[in-house]
Amino acid sequence: MKFSVVVFPGSNSDYDAFYATSRVLGEDAALVWHKDTDLQGADVVILPGGFAHGDYLRTGAIARFSPIMSAVKAFADRGGPVLGICNGFQVLLEAGLLPGAMVRNDRIKFVSRVVAVRVEQTDTPFTVACASKQVLNLPIAHGEGNYYADPAELAELEANRQVVFRYSSAAGEVSSAHNPNGSLNSIAGICNRQRNVVGLMPHPERASEAALGSADGLVVLASAVKSLASLSFSRN
Amino acid sequence: MRARVYVTLKPSVFDPQGRVVADALVTLGYQDVKDVRQGKFFEVELDGADAATANLSADLSAEAQRAQVEALRAKVETRVTEMADKLLANPVIESYRVEVLP
Repeated sequence: MKFSVVVFPGSNSDYDAFYATSRVLGEDAALVWHKDTDLQGADVVILPGGFAHGDYLRTGAIARFSPIMSAVKAFADRGGPVLGICNGFQVLLEAGLLPGAMVRNDRIKFVSRVVAVRVEQTDTPFTVACASKQVLNLPIAHGEGNYYADPAELAELEANRQVVFRYSSAAGEVSSAHNPNGSLNSIAGICNRQRNVVGLMPHPERASEAALGSADGLVVLASAVKSLASLSFSRN
Repeated sequence: MRARVYVTLKPSVFDPQGRVVADALVTLGYQDVKDVRQGKFFEVELDGADAATANLSADLSAEAQRAQVEALRAKVETRVTEMADKLLANPVIESYRVEVLP
């Protein structure tokens, strides 16, 4: 199967995602420039981390106008699995493919460390290989990961089981003490109503083999491989 | 013609930057600072709008000229409001105010 990783000017985790999917997982992978309009026959699309377009105006705000985004939107509308990691998550929010928005971390600082993340839902293309409530050790590196949605939207997200990942303790306990950025309801990742578009702030691709300190993230990418057998959508 | 757009976080959204600035002001000795909200400011210059004003017919009464300028300002305001809604502000977390300059 083929992973297409979109490269924006300012992306910096594009090669990490490419490496984790091609070398570690052993699947086909392609880097797709943001000015292209074709996803090169992708089975899965990844919007990687970084600082697309310098994060000018707001994180992800300009990236949503990149030509490739029309193809990404069409792919998502057809039911194709899309994963937004960190800055990629912010792009999905600005593009309206996921609900809500990001604001500055509550303690202002850019946070770069490994955190524990609890898997809340296992019926998305990126968590289907996870155990329910599995705790993953994943690195985060962001200044604006403080997830916000208005109370009605937040209630709807919870009611529809769209919160896919939450920050937690190593034992899987969710509390404000384990919330690194002030995200509402300790949200680390969400999905859309159709569940094929997932965004998360932690970096599974940077935790894809033991030499990197953790291989816990590989299950997120491996989930996509596992789920593909049961997903039917048009590639073009 | 120019317009200014002021973008601020909605009152319901916590503004960590504003909080830090407020704390710094109190540290500086401004004990009466209760809160600071940090925002963004844009100045948008529109092509063509000035020419339209300059071409107002001299035959028109002052009142009619004023009415024409007002109509133009309203048009600019509508246009810039659209820009703020689509790009300059994120309506999920931010609100904005548009001001057309004389």
